[in-house]
Amino acid sequence: MDFELNEDQRMLKASVHHFLEKEFPKELIKKLYQSDDGYSSELWRKMAALGWMGLLVPEEYGGVGGSFLDLVVLVEEMGYNLCPGPFLSTVVLGGMTVLMSGNEEQKIDILPKLTRGEVKLTLALSEPNTIYDPSYIQVTATLDKDEYVIGGTKLFVPDANFADYFLCVARTERTPNPEEGITILLVDAKNPRTKCTLLRTLFNSKLCEIVFNDARVAKENVLGTVNLAWPTVTAIMEKAALVRCAEMIGGAQAAFDMALQYAKQRVQFDRPIGSFQAIQHHLANMWIDINGSRFLLYKAAWKMSSLIRASKEVAMAKARIGNVYRRVTTLGHQIFGGIGFTMEHDMHLYHRLSIEGDQAFGDQDFHREKVARELGL
Amino acid sequence: MDFEFTQQETAFRKEVEDFVKQELPPGWDEKIFRWPGGYGATPMFEANFKEFWDQSFRKLGSKGWLCLGWPTEYGGMASTMKQAIFNDVMSYYGAPAADVATSIVGPTILLVGSEEMKKEWLPKIARGDVRFWLGYSEPNAGSDLSSCQTKAYEEGDDLIINGQKIWSSGAHIADYAWLLARTDSTAKKHQGLSLMIVDNRTPGLTIRPIQNICGIHSFNEVFFDDVRIPKKHIVGEINKGFYYLMVALQFERIIMPIGAFRRILEELVKYVKETKRDGAMLGKNSRVRDKLATMAIELEILYGFYWRTAWLMDQGVAPVLESSALKLLGSELGQSFANAAMEILGPFGQLEKGSKWVPLKGMVSLGYLDSVSGPIGAGTSEVIRGIMATRGLGLPRI
Repeated sequence: MDFELNEDQRMLKASVHHFLEKEFPKELIKKLYQSDDGYSSELWRKMAALGWMGLLVPEEYGGVGGSFLDLVVLVEEMGYNLCPGPFLSTVVLGGMTVLMSGNEEQKIDILPKLTRGEVKLTLALSEPNTIYDPSYIQVTATLDKDEYVIGGTKLFVPDANFADYFLCVARTERTPNPEEGITILLVDAKNPRTKCTLLRTLFNSKLCEIVFNDARVAKENVLGTVNLAWPTVTAIMEKAALVRCAEMIGGAQAAFDMALQYAKQRVQFDRPIGSFQAIQHHLANMWIDINGSRFLLYKAAWKMSSLIRASKEVAMAKARIGNVYRRVTTLGHQIFGGIGFTMEHDMHLYHRLSIEGDQAFGDQDFHREKVARELGL
Repeated sequence: MDFEFTQQETAFRKEVEDFVKQELPPGWDEKIFRWPGGYGATPMFEANFKEFWDQSFRKLGSKGWLCLGWPTEYGGMASTMKQAIFNDVMSYYGAPAADVATSIVGPTILLVGSEEMKKEWLPKIARGDVRFWLGYSEPNAGSDLSSCQTKAYEEGDDLIINGQKIWSSGAHIADYAWLLARTDSTAKKHQGLSLMIVDNRTPGLTIRPIQNICGIHSFNEVFFDDVRIPKKHIVGEINKGFYYLMVALQFERIIMPIGAFRRILEELVKYVKETKRDGAMLGKNSRVRDKLATMAIELEILYGFYWRTAWLMDQGVAPVLESSALKLLGSELGQSFANAAMEILGPFGQLEKGSKWVPLKGMVSLGYLDSVSGPIGAGTSEVIRGIMATRGLGLPRI
């Protein structure tokens, strides 16, 4: 066993931390989150130039050819500094789907641009009546000559408002097995028969509704095999859940660091509040929560990088880490007292984001049920 | 990063598994019981297990498995990771694996003992020839060990000991005390204490049994009335005992019988897959599934701290935060496992070993009682969180 990052990963971690600290002061982050246009295109290009977008893209498509573990290291730091922008959508939901199931032409078309930061993608999966169950996917794509006609509503689509392409998960055939008959279609976001609306959420993260009103896309825009996309969707959801875990652990670490520092400085009853056992025990619990869960995260990521099946580990990590992020920010608020309950403070940003992270790509109940199945139940 | 064992470690795990399966007497599963994280239902302290335990330890000693973490020059394999693997496998089967001598006395002597002491004691411990009990707690020194009142004053080449110890697990089946006593009454509380070895047969040492809430005689009170020992039985330097004790706590944490959690989870999963309640299989009940999934996740986290602590120790680091978290979570997991198991079993959970309808060999009712002791013994959860906060996270002391 080896619990340490390798030298390249340590350098990556340090450089990401340094870059984000310098380029994304909290004031800018707050401004971006409050605006509808939640990212900075200038900084997006800089991030691309650093090789972040292409981290997992093979070198033949202009990428870095890094490992999944490298991505987790990168995103943990992004979570630490609340780095805004459609990174996870573009790189994991979009890029990895294209990489997994796109044909050569699609890969050559999309991946180099994605690596250069010139194209942004997202995956449209959830709907008003279904989060992840293929049985209830109601957005349909019907073949009409050489085109698919897509109709229906997708919900909670991340970063769709600035995506160039939607990867729409649609039902192309009614089959007895609900996992069959599902297809992924690449839809140009500028298609006039699609309408994207930004949803107002706690964190103002860019979750959207997309209405497909008989939007037509060419047959060539199918990604992967017609009717057989569900295994790809499941695999991508697993990866996205784990990347989200990395972001949450980073965020929880930041909330903990802030609270720890404050507990050492804040004086009440003539002594630092960190000398009180009640506060000490909160911080000990937070440390255990974060570091215990970080083990789940890295074990799952290591398995994925090593191409070992990691479904159980991912489910364990996601079930636990959503809970941990919420607990840690709640205790963080408790330690900060009144000042943390203001917009000018940073703690609320983490607190807001924790609920979204917990819900994204399967909540705690969803993933505990997956763990139960992995136990043979 | 790498979460795989080396080939050598995997082969070692297999060797230990083969050995333990072959060595355990028939029906051992029915006889043995230990709820992980607790201190009460521990058969090694029961007098009728003593002979088996002694024999087992000598066998383990002859294989070199009682000192896996020690340096090679003292017969060890210098691998805490191997020690952790060994404990994991042995505790899964409820087999004898470690005790006070191998996990506290040996490592402390290695670290601070004189050459003479090392020569005298380490081979005996490694062979499994000697049993120790831990003489720390007193009626007025529980969490606050530095308030220890048992006194040892010098007289010529000897020390004369007077006082009382309590919660002395296994003192009645052990050979020697690993004793904390005050050697300087004028110094500050922490600075006047020494560690020493006392032969149980020394005149003036009296052992009285205490039955714990599981109905098992594991604890004792031990009285010292003018007990005379040679000064050379002081461990390391005189008056440094408290600091040695704090260091030794780190070694102790890796001895957790973590495999027993794995066993309990497996047995519960098996039980709910085979048991029908109110017309449906228990394993199809979503609340039961949720409980078992939670147990599996928390256990995986415990293993995380377990392997990480072993790995850090092999890197020469004494990991205060990790090893404390390991003890804390282990004892709390003992409780949450017991609670969840009770709730899953319903009214059957309360049945005691030997009852007609008792499930899982009665381990749950006994474990439910025993799990109370986990967050109390070897440092209460409150004390450990305090240690993590002050020594680990640098928060100011009160």
